[in-house]
Order: sequence, then structure tokens, then C-alpha cells
Amino acid sequence: MRIGFYPGCSLNGTSREYNESVKALAKAFDLDLAEIKDWNCCGATAAHSVNKDLSLSLPARILALAEQQGFEEIVVPCASCYNRLSVVQHELTHDEALKQCVTDILEIPYNGTVKILNVVQMIEKYMQDKIEEKIVHPFSHSVACYYGCLLVRPHNILQFDRLEDPQSMDTLMTKIGATPIDWAFKTECCGAGLSVSRTDLVAKLSGNILKDAADRNAKAVIVACPMCHSNLDMRRPAINSYLTKPVDIPVLYITQAIGLAIGISPKELGIERHFVTVNLN
Amino acid sequence: MENSESIPVRLLKQTGVDVTHCYQCGKCTAGCVLASEMDYPSSYVMRLLQTDDRENYQQVLHSNAIWLCLNCENCIARCPMEIDIPKIMDYLRAESLKAGYVNKKAKPVVAFHRAFLDSIKYTGRLYEVGLVAGFKARTFRITQDLKVAPVMYLKGKLNLMPEMVKDLGKIKSIFSKTVNNKNRENK
Repeated sequence: MRIGFYPGCSLNGTSREYNESVKALAKAFDLDLAEIKDWNCCGATAAHSVNKDLSLSLPARILALAEQQGFEEIVVPCASCYNRLSVVQHELTHDEALKQCVTDILEIPYNGTVKILNVVQMIEKYMQDKIEEKIVHPFSHSVACYYGCLLVRPHNILQFDRLEDPQSMDTLMTKIGATPIDWAFKTECCGAGLSVSRTDLVAKLSGNILKDAADRNAKAVIVACPMCHSNLDMRRPAINSYLTKPVDIPVLYITQAIGLAIGISPKELGIERHFVTVNLN
Repeated sequence: MENSESIPVRLLKQTGVDVTHCYQCGKCTAGCVLASEMDYPSSYVMRLLQTDDRENYQQVLHSNAIWLCLNCENCIARCPMEIDIPKIMDYLRAESLKAGYVNKKAKPVVAFHRAFLDSIKYTGRLYEVGLVAGFKARTFRITQDLKVAPVMYLKGKLNLMPEMVKDLGKIKSIFSKTVNNKNRENK
């Protein structure tokens, strides 16, 4: 099965272990992820905070390239990229004039026919039926599945999972032997793009998330977004100076947790790239 | 406003969002993770826009709130009227930039966005080292994150050289037809 792959900038930089673990999982499940050639940045928060046309055109070029290269379906593991690509596709599908305006800016054809999958949807569609038979080391830990904002909202566009208490990651974690906890911060924002400009606020928001997970005895936080990961993991020193009691819970990508359970080596999954040591036995 | 159109109608035409639908229930503010940090929380911003008062509108453009908003979309998810507040926030930010009204406290946030977009404009993809350098140059926060960077490098998380899109001409043309086109936003 050959599917288009849009890594986005984070997966080639600060979150390369996410990239490594997505690819390792795809290989284990015989899924052929082919990178969209000459892709560009989706513009993320910066573009839509500053200029609407830019925030539409950058993702539209990516989708146009995917069409041009013959992909019917693309996997977008970064929740922020997934969100931007999906929102832009939705807006252009529902506004012919806007679509014309963006096509004029791009000067390449855009039809908006590519199906966009986030990483959880990729696992659900191509892997979940085969996960259980592949398990060699059950992931027998209590886990807090942290969905963040951009994977589930806006619901009317993404139509993915439940808004307030999503379940898809929890279900997948159960399949690998983990016990997902019920907690209050599944979809609360981690501070996202304020990581560099307002680290103080990210420490507070991410600190509240980790504290609830720790208070409810989670042994790991499971994520599907590079921004959530870097805020909860890389910003841990700032978080721990905000919290009265430091938290040492590791943060794993969902692809890493499943990868470990099916026997892929920690090295191949990039586990050692985390700031907070993953020490689960 | 030069024309006679009311502020809510102008917002409706520009964004498709009708702020007059808000009946001040406060659910957006209650669910906003940064409401306590904002000068005006989201429901108050909605109210100020509804008043169709020029001074109130300018107050909103001057606010720190529009730049603290993370666009996490919790407000629209919980709004009983499904008012797209994040879309209004996007519009207000762009207007605030155009008018040169950016709140002093929000300068680092704006500096980050600008450094981010500069990076994409020149390479097509985000170059994280360049982004941080650009941010530091704009904010004079030279020493920020000096402890994090070496660890990131050791863990293989930092690319010292940028990745380049081959068709850079296309990226430059997208920028020149959008941000760098009609409105000079650089202040």
C-alpha cells in the first residue's frame, strides 16, 4: 500500500524521533509511506496569525503537490500540520471564490481531492487489526492519553473522535496492554506555539497537564503531536520550576509506545532522544 | 472607520463570523486556558466588538489577549452559538499589525511569528536554528534557552544547516502575492 507522507518541519528537526517511530511502525506493518516531493512548511500558527492568504496558500501547495504526484491519501503525523491542511482543504472546498484566489496565487492546479489522515487514523486504518498478534512486550503501564487541541478541534471540520473526551488513543493503548487513565486534561492546550516567546505560560499550562497525570498515577503520557511533545518533554526544567513537586513522567509518541510493544528497538524508535528519560519496565 | 458600515457587519463580511450572535454566556472564557492571563478574555472581546464603538474596537486591537490566544479552538467547541472566535482572533491580529497597534507585552509573540515566517520565506521549510536566532535578534533575548540547545544538538534534534525547497521561486512568489503584497505590515 503506497501512501503519501507529509512529515512537516518538526519531524525533520526537533521531533525526529516521531518521524523515526512513524517510519519504523509503517515498515513493521508493510505500509509504504512515500514522502511528498519538494514539500514546504504549512505555515503553522505564525501564518494564520499574520496573513490569511498566506495561511491558505502554503498548505494548498502541499495538497496540490500530493495530487500532482498521484497520491489519493496522505499521512500527516504532526497534529498542527494535520489541522492546517484539513482546515484549508475544508475552506477551499466550501468557497469557490477563495479556491480561485488561492489557485491564482499558486499557479498550479488544486482540486482538493486528497484524503488527509492523522497518525491515529493511519494506525486505525492500516494497523490496528494486526497489532495484537504482533505484541511481544505488552505495554503494561498506566498511561495518560493526551490528545491536545489540534487533533480533535475544530470538530465540524476534522470530524475526528469525540470533542471533550476522545477515546481513539485510549482504545489503541488498551490493545497493547496499557491501562489508560480517566483524567481532566485530555484536550487542554499545552501552550503550543508560545514555547519560545512565552515559556513562562507554557510551563504553567503544560505543568498543570503533567501534574494531573502524575496525581492520577499515570506512568507515561502518550501524545500524537510534536508540539505537545516538545512542550511536555523539552520544557520539563521550566515546568518543574513552576510546579511545587517536580514530575518525572516520560512522554512518548503513540508510535513509540506501539513500537516498543511489538518489539521494535528503543533506538530505532528514537526513545533516547527525549529529554525526560524513558525508564519503563 | 471611514465607511458607515458597522463593526459587526464589517467583521461578518471579512470573516463570515457574526459577533452579534454572542449572548455573553461566558463559556468561552470559562474554558480558555489563558483567560486569567488576558487583559480582556474572549467573551469580553466579543462584547467590545458588539458595541460597534470605534474606541472599543481600538482597545481590542491594542489588547494583549489577541496575541495570547493560542487558537486551541476550545472556545468554539463549547460555544452554544458556534461562533468562530479563533477566526475573529486571526482577523484582529492581522488588523492590529496593519494599524501598528500591537500591545507592548505582545512584542515577543509577534517577533516569533515574524522570525518563523522569515525562515519559511527564505528556505521554504522551517529552519529552527534560524528561527531562534531571528527571534533573539528581534527581542534581544540573547541568553534564552542557551542550556537547551547543546542538549538538543547531542540528541540529534538540531539541524545546523537548513533544508531547502527546490522550487524556492514558488515560495517567494507566494509570499510576494500575500504578506508582502497589499499591506505593508512591517513596523
